Amino acid sequence: MIFTSYSNIISPLGFSTKENYEAVCSSQVAVKKMVFPFSKDPFCVAKINDQLIDQCFDALGSFNPATKLEKLSVLSINDVLIQSGIDTQDDRTLLIYSTTKGNIDILENRYKDIDAKRIYLPVFASYLQSHFKLKHAPLVLSNACISGILAIIIAKRFIEQGYYDNVLVCGGDILSEFTISGFKSFNAMSAEPSKPFDAKRTGINLGEAVATILITNKKELAQPYNAQIISGASANDANHISGPSRTGDGLFQCLEEIKTENKEEIGFISAHGTATPFNDEMESIAFDRAGLNTIPVNSLKGYYGHTLGAAGVLETILSLESMNHQRLIKSEGFETKGFSGNITMIDSHTNKSFTSFIKTASGFGGCNAAALFKKISN
Amino acid sequence: MNSIISYAHIKHNRVSVNGEIIFQSPDTLSLSEFLSEAYKTLAISYPKFHKMDLQCKLGFLCAEFAIKETDFLVVNDLAKTAIVLSNAASSLETDRMHQNSINDKTNYFPSPAVFVYTLPNITIGELAIKHKITGENAFFVTEGLDAGLLANYVNMLLSDATEAAIAGWVEVDGTNFEAFIFLAQKAENINKNCIFKPLNQSSVITIYNQTQWTH
Repeated sequence: MIFTSYSNIISPLGFSTKENYEAVCSSQVAVKKMVFPFSKDPFCVAKINDQLIDQCFDALGSFNPATKLEKLSVLSINDVLIQSGIDTQDDRTLLIYSTTKGNIDILENRYKDIDAKRIYLPVFASYLQSHFKLKHAPLVLSNACISGILAIIIAKRFIEQGYYDNVLVCGGDILSEFTISGFKSFNAMSAEPSKPFDAKRTGINLGEAVATILITNKKELAQPYNAQIISGASANDANHISGPSRTGDGLFQCLEEIKTENKEEIGFISAHGTATPFNDEMESIAFDRAGLNTIPVNSLKGYYGHTLGAAGVLETILSLESMNHQRLIKSEGFETKGFSGNITMIDSHTNKSFTSFIKTASGFGGCNAAALFKKISN
Repeated sequence: MNSIISYAHIKHNRVSVNGEIIFQSPDTLSLSEFLSEAYKTLAISYPKFHKMDLQCKLGFLCAEFAIKETDFLVVNDLAKTAIVLSNAASSLETDRMHQNSINDKTNYFPSPAVFVYTLPNITIGELAIKHKITGENAFFVTEGLDAGLLANYVNMLLSDATEAAIAGWVEVDGTNFEAFIFLAQKAENINKNCIFKPLNQSSVITIYNQTQWTH
């Protein structure tokens, strides 16, 4: 069995998993209106307080200069290492890093005292390797918005095949003018807090976060959630590089492959739910096609915005918390049904007895992924 | 037994298939010019090719050359065919292009047609669309070609629902470029244009080093 273990989330809503879960349960929203020099109108993003990052990083000790993403990643991974007590120098431990853009702010010439080569993801990874004295070079996965959940699935595969016992999965991306200007050029950004699956949704909010979870075959480390990863799959729509399949083909294929036979056990689906018109519509169709229409659905993007490479890891962790507390998290921003698939949204925080959930994601390049998590039966 | 059945390798303005150079352009041609010439030799009409960024064009062509003489797309279930690619620079070349379009606030012209290519896995998407391949995806960013990672990960996929895979390396970084793509599958077939090498780290290293580029 492959278990989920200790975790951390660093976001505008807090610097630990507990702070984030409690914030979400009290319906705190990280996205706020901000003004940017390159846009005359303000729009909503979720940004972590820079001073707080520096304070927390400096409190860890005296280190060589680090970028914002490196600091956030060190803080997040460090928290999981302290909680779990695992040995980073162990030959049986791997770090998988999930990101879309890594140290992209290096391209803006933001840093005077940092080698520009750290724009290269393997060089960024080697910074983390030397910081934590990891035995193996971290493996970087960059597969658009499915990176986070796919990294968890890949961690499971590596452990199952006997390559490692412990895989730390860290997902991270920062807010940058690079991504903001790009999504704006697509007209994919909402000026207001995003409304996943709602009839009045107009697009995404971008957010920043770093989240880390330990995946392990050691039952004694399963204690935080007593949950296992049952199955996971990815699939490509083979349809369009920047738009999802209208019929949800790739996501439907993933859902078929993760074999969700015991539907009555599944408490909810943590959807990708970016709040773009096409994405949420596609997901509703895929869930409906897969016969999952009795299972309530949420998107956490209404709280955090889209945190890109972090999203799949962050949303999996909060879903595990949700299962631990037997409490469904409200799909923030949803009011009126705005999709054609026959699915039910979670419109308020609700107590529910359940033993498993599905996490899904879809992204540019036509990629989709889904994974099934389940409580260990004692 | 999982086998590598064919591979293609593109660098130094040359295209090699299964170790033999089958096309070359003068070194004086730019990458863009070389890719146009290589595309012409395939004698295909695929208008989407012309919209791609250089990395996608390079990966697209390398896959076309690896597949061309095989029955890979006929023998294998394309819903169970994976695409696993890697490089060291992610999408850095196109990232620089997008960054240049936003550096000057008085001349600000970010383009969605450029931005969409600022993710390395778009190359996977382009291959998937061309061949209607809908299986597993993964894009790894590694310091150099990690033959062990590619062989092991594809073997992992083939031990489960996956039946075949397109895997390799596709990178454009400034004037440096290289693509190396191999086809792997579970099924045995008798196509005379196929090589049969066991899918493992040493086979991947062997075929990567097979081509004599200096000739």
